[in-house]
Amino acid sequence: MATTTINHHSLEVLSKLKAKYWPLIKSLQTGLLLVTGVAGYASCRCPILNWGELLGLVSSLFLAISGSTVLNMWHDRDIDAIMSRTCWRPLPSGVISPREALYFGLLLSALGVGWALAMDTLYGTIVFAGLFIDVVVYTVWLKRRTAWSILWGGIAGAIPVLAGRALGIGYVDWIGVTLALSVLFWIPTHILTFSMRNYDDYQRAGIPTFPSIYGFQATRTAISISSVLAAISMALAAYGIGMMVGYLRLMGVLSAGLLLLAVASLVRPSERVNFGLFKYASLYMLSAMLLLVIEAF
Amino acid sequence: MRNMTRFDRVLLLVTGLLAAHQVVIGVEGLETLVVFSYTIAFGVLLVACLLLIILGYDVLDSPVVVVVSTIIPLSLSLGLVAEYLPENVYLYLVFVLLGFLAVVITRFVAPGRVAVIVLAVVHGISGLLITFLPVYLSLSGVTSPGFILVGVGGALIGIGGLLLAFLKTGKPILPRATILQVLPVQLLLMTASFVAGFALG
Repeated sequence: MATTTINHHSLEVLSKLKAKYWPLIKSLQTGLLLVTGVAGYASCRCPILNWGELLGLVSSLFLAISGSTVLNMWHDRDIDAIMSRTCWRPLPSGVISPREALYFGLLLSALGVGWALAMDTLYGTIVFAGLFIDVVVYTVWLKRRTAWSILWGGIAGAIPVLAGRALGIGYVDWIGVTLALSVLFWIPTHILTFSMRNYDDYQRAGIPTFPSIYGFQATRTAISISSVLAAISMALAAYGIGMMVGYLRLMGVLSAGLLLLAVASLVRPSERVNFGLFKYASLYMLSAMLLLVIEAF
Repeated sequence: MRNMTRFDRVLLLVTGLLAAHQVVIGVEGLETLVVFSYTIAFGVLLVACLLLIILGYDVLDSPVVVVVSTIIPLSLSLGLVAEYLPENVYLYLVFVLLGFLAVVITRFVAPGRVAVIVLAVVHGISGLLITFLPVYLSLSGVTSPGFILVGVGGALIGIGGLLLAFLKTGKPILPRATILQVLPVQLLLMTASFVAGFALG
């Protein structure tokens, strides 16, 4: 009876903790980056599946990505409070204190990087580089100074796939770099479309974005070019991995959809097309990465 | 405009996955033109399902829909002709290219009665081929009986094409809400018939 009560109480505490801290880690974004990490690892096609290593990869990446996201939210709590899209987040809404978030972010980051380093020095170093670029270079240094900060945000976003592949093969190769480039080029498609949709919010917060500096048409052109480059990089990487012809065909079909939407956004720009491109780009990256995983297993 | 329900999205997702499956493994070991044609047909179907899921039924208001919905029967019928009637493939390829061009040009340059007639002719011929060629091939023993399911898919694509075409011309056969209600089910049944037919054939 006493054990049941304690278990029930523990579950209640865990549920409250989850409700409090989960919104800090942007679960969808973290999930997508995790998938890219697993895809990078799976792209090695190791003859023997090492479940322990895979679990370590997923756990360390989850901790490191979540840690950097929490630190990002901690640093940007002032601009999050100004923007209608983000003012509900735990820090601006007062659910969690800044000190609590800072400690939580540092703890997650240290655990993630520490675990990664314990698994493999090269892998751990790449994970640390990703965290450093995301938190220090992108969030603290450049985000409020230049619209080009997204390039560094993109590099940080491309790290999980590179780290996953490096863990699998033990070194950094051109396929890993090309996979990372495909994520790097996909990120502007995602973020720039997002910054057009939330133009007023970013203006209010004083964050320099491509649409506010270069205008909407130049931003659409940048989106189209980056979509083409993302599709080319992904195709190159898939070819280098030695993907089956059938999967390559499917990748080609999905890439063609992305390119057509990018062109449509350029030729007949509208809110609907922009939104379609924004959503399709995420779906494209998720599908492409899942294809790498499915094909490997 | 009827809102898309969660059930509609699930049906469209399953349809997209079936089309993706067909692109990956369903057309191995055939001539280049056949593979190319089937890949375009099922690829367009896959991307169309994804866009419907993302953008909802509003996307059907775009004039591009008519053009896109023409690509599927044209490329599928071209694949069938190239695979089973190779002696007529160049003649049919000319029809496909000219037909597609005619649909695009009349849709954007001269919309109206001429565009509807061109669309009906192009859809009609390709739809009849997809419906009756597999039936004939199955009954005459050229393919296994299961290939008749491709013909069933052809009939379904014909019905769907007609419903959408008349809807776009402003003279719907059924109320708009009813058409949108049956569209995901019709797309799923059509794709499942094609996939099963090609697997069994």
